[in-house]
Amino acid sequence: MITGTRTISLEIDGRPVTVPEGTTLYDAARQLDVEIPVLCHDPRMRPVGVCRMCVVDVGERVLAAACVRKAADGMSVITRSDKIERCRKTLTELLLSDYPEGSAREQKSADDLLLQLARDYGIEGRAPSLPRGNGRPQDDSSPVIAVDHSACILCDRCIRGCDEIQHNDVIGRTGKGYGSRISFDLDNPMGESTCVACGECAAVCPTGALTVKPITVPIEADRPLETVDSVCPYCGVGCAITYHVDREKNAVARAEGRDSPASESRLCVKGRFGFDYAKHPQRLTTPLIRRDDYYPKGPLSSDVKGERRKKPGGLVDYDEVMPAFREATWEEALDLAASRLKAIRDEFGPSTLAGFGSAKCSNEEAYLFQKLVRAVFGTNNIDHCTRLCHASSVAALLETIGSGAVTNVFSDVRNADVAIVTGSNTTENHPVAATFIKDAASKGTTLIVIDSRETGIARHAHHFLQIEPGSDVALYNAMMHVMIEEDLIKHDYIARYTEGFEELKGLVARYTPEVAAKICGVSADKIAEVARIFGKANAAIIYWGMGISQHTHGTDNARCLISLALLSGNIGRPGTGLHPLRGQNNVQGASDAGLIPMVYPDYQNVASEEARQKFEEAWGVPLDPNPGLTVVEIIGGALDGSIKGMYMMGENPFLSDPNVNKVRKALASLEFLCVQDIFLTETAEFADVILPATSFFEKTGTYTNSDRRVQVGQVTLEAPGEARLDWEIVCEIATRMGYPMSYDSASAIFEEFTSLAPSYSGLDYDNLKPTGKLWPCPDPETSDGVQLLFGDGFPTSSGRGKFVPVDYQPAAELPDDEYPFVLNTGRMLEHWHTGTMTRRAKALHAIEPEAVCQMNPQDLQAMGLEPGTLVTLTTRRGTITLKVRSAPSVARGNVFMPFHFREASANILTNDVLDPHGKIPEYKFCAVKVEKA
Amino acid sequence: MAYPHAHPREVRLLSKYFGDEDAIGIEGWAERGGYVALEKALEMGPDEVTEVVKESGLRGRGGAGFPAGLKWSFMPKDGKRPNYLACNADESEPGTFKDREIMRWTPHQMIEGIIICSYAIRAQHAYIYIRGEMVDVVRVVNDAVVEAYRKGYLGENILGSGYDLELTVHLGAGAYIAGEETGLLSSLEGRRAEPKVKPPFPAQRGAFGMPTTVNNVETLAAVPHIVENGADWYRQWGTEKSPGTKLFSCCGHLQRPGNYEVSLDFNLKELVYDLCGGPPEGRQLRAVIPGGSSVPLMTVDEIDCDVSYEGIEAAGSLQGSGGLIAIDDSACLLRSIRKMVDFYAHESCGQCTNCREGTVWLANILRRIERGDGREEDLPLLLDVGANMAGRTICPLSDSAAVPVVSGIQKFEEEFVAHIKDGTCTAVR
Ligand SMILES: Cc1cc2nc3c(=O)[nH]c(=O)nc-3n(C[C@H](O)[C@H](O)[C@H](O)COP(=O)(O)O)c2cc1C
Ligand code: SF4
Ligand code: SF4
Ligand code: SF4
Ligand code: FES
Repeated sequence: MITGTRTISLEIDGRPVTVPEGTTLYDAARQLDVEIPVLCHDPRMRPVGVCRMCVVDVGERVLAAACVRKAADGMSVITRSDKIERCRKTLTELLLSDYPEGSAREQKSADDLLLQLARDYGIEGRAPSLPRGNGRPQDDSSPVIAVDHSACILCDRCIRGCDEIQHNDVIGRTGKGYGSRISFDLDNPMGESTCVACGECAAVCPTGALTVKPITVPIEADRPLETVDSVCPYCGVGCAITYHVDREKNAVARAEGRDSPASESRLCVKGRFGFDYAKHPQRLTTPLIRRDDYYPKGPLSSDVKGERRKKPGGLVDYDEVMPAFREATWEEALDLAASRLKAIRDEFGPSTLAGFGSAKCSNEEAYLFQKLVRAVFGTNNIDHCTRLCHASSVAALLETIGSGAVTNVFSDVRNADVAIVTGSNTTENHPVAATFIKDAASKGTTLIVIDSRETGIARHAHHFLQIEPGSDVALYNAMMHVMIEEDLIKHDYIARYTEGFEELKGLVARYTPEVAAKICGVSADKIAEVARIFGKANAAIIYWGMGISQHTHGTDNARCLISLALLSGNIGRPGTGLHPLRGQNNVQGASDAGLIPMVYPDYQNVASEEARQKFEEAWGVPLDPNPGLTVVEIIGGALDGSIKGMYMMGENPFLSDPNVNKVRKALASLEFLCVQDIFLTETAEFADVILPATSFFEKTGTYTNSDRRVQVGQVTLEAPGEARLDWEIVCEIATRMGYPMSYDSASAIFEEFTSLAPSYSGLDYDNLKPTGKLWPCPDPETSDGVQLLFGDGFPTSSGRGKFVPVDYQPAAELPDDEYPFVLNTGRMLEHWHTGTMTRRAKALHAIEPEAVCQMNPQDLQAMGLEPGTLVTLTTRRGTITLKVRSAPSVARGNVFMPFHFREASANILTNDVLDPHGKIPEYKFCAVKVEKA
Repeated sequence: MAYPHAHPREVRLLSKYFGDEDAIGIEGWAERGGYVALEKALEMGPDEVTEVVKESGLRGRGGAGFPAGLKWSFMPKDGKRPNYLACNADESEPGTFKDREIMRWTPHQMIEGIIICSYAIRAQHAYIYIRGEMVDVVRVVNDAVVEAYRKGYLGENILGSGYDLELTVHLGAGAYIAGEETGLLSSLEGRRAEPKVKPPFPAQRGAFGMPTTVNNVETLAAVPHIVENGADWYRQWGTEKSPGTKLFSCCGHLQRPGNYEVSLDFNLKELVYDLCGGPPEGRQLRAVIPGGSSVPLMTVDEIDCDVSYEGIEAAGSLQGSGGLIAIDDSACLLRSIRKMVDFYAHESCGQCTNCREGTVWLANILRRIERGDGREEDLPLLLDVGANMAGRTICPLSDSAAVPVVSGIQKFEEEFVAHIKDGTCTAVR
């Protein structure tokens, strides 16, 4: 680590070199291209100097370890001599003497560092007559990582990888001397420890001790693997990945973190081990058309019908659904889809059609799909799942600061004095972003976590406020009250860059900490303390997740957070900012590309004459000037007959939308539904036509992460059967509906999109490689893009950020005697959204195979429930049965459940009341009854 | 009550009250002149105290012999970060049993030294890191600390001087490596007792990342005497480079084993033969280890030297901790050495390759020779492995493990050769 600005001059192997003070001899030597062999050192980690392979002669009595020894003025270093080489050789011999015959790393990837050193030093096999075999065991308990303690050389890399890169703190050492071993937690088997299977340890291990287990095809060093540089298909962190591909078997053999500013080579369990869903046998490979005898339409599988399952397990039983469809040619299927959509448009008018795009699709697909709906269907009824995650955040951001995207990247938390993480289960939902936050918290950033659940990130917090669900506004108003009262606000900033301060001041005057304490369940002192810490920070950054947005007052929650930042001038400088953590890998991009009913690409308002003219000109057709309907409104429209035909590209509203029983009726009553997906989803059971699409791995496209980083995902695998590229399918439909559309490639679509989206201007496939660019990026040739937005005013009409003061309002459906618990829904680390991908990923399924909900152990005890028993959850909308897990993180009186599970869909229970501004449903709060099943 | 085996030729400065039950409590200690030095120190400036200790030439008694006053002078004086003192009372070096006697009989002698040192280095908090197995001694020390707090020698505004000090007794869990100063600090922080890479030295980054001085019990116990009587007074004993007196814990094949405190210019041979009475009747001494098992073996011919740091070093070994082990001709030297290596193999923390693997190699080869399966190449192999263990690791435990083997082969090769060639042992049983 470079610590000073002073420079040091020294000599290495007789050559002079000057380095900054604090540079290690190892790094200084690298500057001269002198390679010093290392085992325990990895430039990504703090050096510990335990293996002693890197010893060099600095003219002292003893040899020095180059990885830890700092360069000093006038030092003369010898990196190679007989003495040193003998030392390194003996060391290698020592280690090799009890190294197992077959190193798993050598067999899997031929990069065992110890064996490499043995070859370098010409050591054949093991030294004679020395200890053989250390008797240390194997540990096969983890579904994804193979542990061979006998191949461990105690280099400490895995420990630092786990502690200092990922901050999971699982691995340590046990035993002394020759009996030392790495241990998981208190020496538990890895699979039973608190390991979250991010695989960082296996990625940094130099030997055969920790290696990834094969998931699809065997990983064998002598089978040549091709590498493809791409990104992760799951969350909005957008980790860069190199996939190692077995071409012969058309399968990804393993995934490796790739260096990029967004992820710094880190991955989580989904990115590293969840890639095999693309090879699942349930992939759709031919177009399907609903058979006549399956009309009138309705659900097919028992789960979707809401009946008891016939077979156990979490996947749809194709035997139940496939008989309803017959295979068709592409011609037939496309003709049918296009003609039916066209007929509905022509007969009932464009506004009876609607499209759901998906935040899993690329920018190109999203752009083209909204173009299809707007220019060909002739309506703005186009939306996607952003509506269900951050629509309220975006509404608030647009209203106050004129832009819906983050103002700073998540990794800049390292420059923050204070970070607030609220309503975000960061360690599970944005695991790699969480590593940056955890890292900063360990290095001096004061971390304040505010949540109704004591989530994983709370363990790293300096201040954790476990608030009553839905009480956010009261808390933030009180914080602002204290900041204003104690003059911990930035007057200059407020005067120069904001408006509406007096109104805010007037409103929050009522919210003393004492008033808020009664609502939030957090002491007034604590509220004041946290307000002071935030107010006094030089640089503070705010992260939030769906715990903020998914409420009927979600927009209000976000408005408060924005006011906090404006009040303290924490926007536009390093270590400051507003960062709503985006869920899907391309939520940001799909919104940027215009999968939103009120705006064209790049948030150009459909109601604006000027914007409409621009797009009419570009697309060559007149466009509907009326904003379209949002997700839940469209479902409502299907129910009341005002929406008659729908086209869904990669979206699964049956499981993701609130109040499933209503969605079921709505989908069944659609006159025509075309579903384009990679699996036969719950939603597809209601389809007239199903079009087999390509998965992430089978196509090229760009994806924009939560940071606004636009990255290229590359073709990694061949598509199965007759599956086709999504954008090609959209072109076919458009053309058949009378609007000829054709492109040479995804990059040509990107070109058209960027020409209409000023934020993306200048970006192209060439300058986006290898690690993407942040938008906006005025000079892509030389810059990584603009990291900090709005250092000098906002893109609002006044150029100022607006305070929108709001009063606290309780959730729509409060607990009562009949439904005494509060139900909160969300996600878990191993699963993703409606589970279509992750439940078909072997490793992820193995770790979390079944539906569970979580309750406080005291509530369980009070109700006489054992963890693991089946419970029935009932709300005013429906009932499900699933296992209950004891979770101290859940406060008493609350139930948490993930929504990934079709066999126990959380959204049978959720309340479809909407936030009036963001039109986001209240997923985080409804009243529920718990009974033993 | 006399302490076992006192000898008129000793200079009993620190051990004067060994065996005197009345010296243990604070009242008895005060009657014997206790805490006078503290009052004097608090009237001096911290740097003045350091200066006196520096002038006295007092060297660390924990094994390395580093000048105490110089060590103290490395501590930052700017008060930007808290300074700490850790008193090393882990005493686990084989053959060493002096610190525990200081603590058992004269706990206030050590505590007074700790307070004076803390004052000199501007520490707000001092720790006594004490080996947990020494249960009886821990009780004595705990009681003494409570007494010192009650008397106002610890806590806030000590004796009205405005100086505050907290003292915490921390128990080790029985690892030798916890005696190494950075291992001790890791353990104090609640981690495994794993030594840390130096530099940075504890005076820069010690306990909890803050500047820390680590001193041995005996070192600190000498401090009140020096402060009270002056540097010159202390220098009346010993040599120019090794002033003062030192406790030697003598054990092994001796007629009168025990602790002896002598002036540092005392003759080692006389210590062994006169004070300790030499080996039992009818036996011959073969080897003497003067400073705990981590220092080189000496032949009987080598021990006619003075016990100063430089005297023993010139004679082919080191003063170390002052744990003297005498080995006579009834013992198999090879076995003795192998047992020492076994100790180090067991006590290595396991971080460094050379140490973790090397100790086991040495022990295994020695065991093989002991069994009668030795080969001629084994001696060069032992020396090669030994050479690779020295001077390459985070802490000197690895060096220490190689020391008995390497010095044993150098000085008693015939013993090894006899085992390898003839399968016999030269020990007279
Ligand atoms: C392996 C090892 C074990 C040690 N054990 C002790 C011990 O038990 N007590 C002790 O005072 N010093 C021990 N030391 C020496 C300490 O590291 C340190 O030098 C000493 O405490 C400093 O105090 P001094 O300067 O007063 O001697 C040990 C050193 C090593 C390398
Ligand atoms: S498991 Fe691998 S990374 Fe961890 S200490 Fe052992 S060799 Fe090093
Ligand atoms: S953090 Fe998100 S993007 Fe990164 S590997 Fe995990 S799921 Fe993929
Ligand atoms: S030399 Fe041995 S005891 Fe010392 S740090 Fe290294 S492994 Fe641990
Ligand atoms: S690489 Fe330097 S000690 Fe291991």
